[in-house]
Amino acid sequence: MIEQWFPNVNWEKMWTATGETLYMSAYSTFFTFVFGIALGLLLFLTSPGQLWANKITHVFTGAFVNIFRSIPFIILIILLIPLTNIMFGSMRGPNAALPALIIGAAPFYGRMVLIALQEIDKGVIEAARSMGARTSTIIFKVLLPESMPALVSGITVTSIALVGYTAMAGVIGAGGLGTLAYLEGFQRSREDVTLMATILVLIIVFIIQFIGDLLVKRLDKR
Amino acid sequence: MIQLTNVHKKFQLNGSEIVAVDDVTVAIKEGEIFGIIGYSGAGKSTLIRLLNGLEQPTSGSIMIHGQEMTTLSGSGLRNARQKISMIFQHFNLLWSRTVEENIAFPLEIAGVKKSERKRKVKELIDLVGLTGREKSYPAQLSGGQKQRVGIARALANDPEVLLCDEATSALDPETTNAILDLLTDINERLGLTIVLITHEMHVIRKICHRVAVMEAGKVVEMGNVLDVFQSPQADITKRFISQVTDTADTDAAIAHLRDEAPQGKLVKLAFIGERTEQPVLAELIRKFPIDVNIVQGNISTTRDGAYGTLVLQLVGDVAVIEEAVAFLHSNEVKTEVLMND
Repeated sequence: MIEQWFPNVNWEKMWTATGETLYMSAYSTFFTFVFGIALGLLLFLTSPGQLWANKITHVFTGAFVNIFRSIPFIILIILLIPLTNIMFGSMRGPNAALPALIIGAAPFYGRMVLIALQEIDKGVIEAARSMGARTSTIIFKVLLPESMPALVSGITVTSIALVGYTAMAGVIGAGGLGTLAYLEGFQRSREDVTLMATILVLIIVFIIQFIGDLLVKRLDKR
Repeated sequence: MIQLTNVHKKFQLNGSEIVAVDDVTVAIKEGEIFGIIGYSGAGKSTLIRLLNGLEQPTSGSIMIHGQEMTTLSGSGLRNARQKISMIFQHFNLLWSRTVEENIAFPLEIAGVKKSERKRKVKELIDLVGLTGREKSYPAQLSGGQKQRVGIARALANDPEVLLCDEATSALDPETTNAILDLLTDINERLGLTIVLITHEMHVIRKICHRVAVMEAGKVVEMGNVLDVFQSPQADITKRFISQVTDTADTDAAIAHLRDEAPQGKLVKLAFIGERTEQPVLAELIRKFPIDVNIVQGNISTTRDGAYGTLVLQLVGDVAVIEEAVAFLHSNEVKTEVLMND
């Protein structure tokens, strides 16, 4: 029956594209998580009244985040072509999409991290300081664990946005379901290919959301 | 053992200067429970945070165990803080950690080995009466239980000083008493010096040896709790004492009496220490041919003895009433005339 509804789908190509989408989403989510937390922590700790309160660093980091958050992704990809060429020696393939994906998403997630950290009760940080905790202890044993549910729900949202971005990365030949839907589906007027690619993207998004919700539920002891 | 000398703390807020602590000099003895009472904004929260370096004074000296706190920074300050622990009004527990993990946190900070941590945590859980709740998360505990975790956590590194920041202000009266009993017990058993700040005179009365009264950043009165109860000097101190001696009913009862039976003399007696245990009133009635009507009575116990007040209406011959009041005076009972007919 599936053969009947999707006569033009080349399943081998479809699975390869799914694999590429998963590859790009997973790697970019991982690095976005790491860099986003670093950015969020820097923004938080340098804000007034915090442990590293420093106006210049705070304003500078804030500006960096805002600039890269505001650049439309499709333009960011083109702007980053030279950087990508240096890093991977090529402009094609899933790896080539990663710099743009990460640089586009990390500042966005960094803002979410900042909001999550601001939600932490100030008294808990004060309590840790009163026990003689050093800043690294406060970061790894107070700030991150106490904001973990918000950090996870934030990365879930960001990860889903990244799945969407990977489709756009198709324009630079990154591969994945977006490229397949565009080249094989839209340009050749094979609607069933576009539909199948869309269904697969939807399934990926649902799975990410499901895992994210499950993790948040497990982590939140409040 | 804790000596604050001419301590000032000023804040800049929107361009204007706020003096939170204004020339405070206080000496706190080793092993005592020292209370600082004041209304919110009196500077007591800032003052207690100066003791563990959460705030740095603008000027003045803070010596704890011969160590000048104001010159400490970095690891010196962090090590000192492990011996000056703190409990909080809102407990400030890590919700992501269980009871035992919360108590283990300061031990992790101090770099205590895992097996030793386990042993110590168990001991502390027994000490504060939380056996059986080790694996619970703070969200599953009542306010009193959370504060017990806070206390256990504060005791983990065997501190010399325990700072209590409004530790019972978020608790109901019964739980407050249980926590105060625990603090007294810890003070006696471990010989720990406790500095507490509060806005409730009840807390001072129940567990403190000495008290300092703060108003607008200054210490306006200081002394043994019983002495302060006996002869408060500052108006604010009198207001705080009336928190525990006068009930809202007292004023109503007196007002009612004025309207309904405005004869005789209305006197308020204050009994201190042993006087509260002697039958002065019985003697008064036997000796003088007057009618004695008890309007209101109250006894508050402090750590060093009891303090009682009694409002009496004395009806009879004016000269005899004067004699009766003089008799009370000679028995070291302080009297205050509230109303004459």
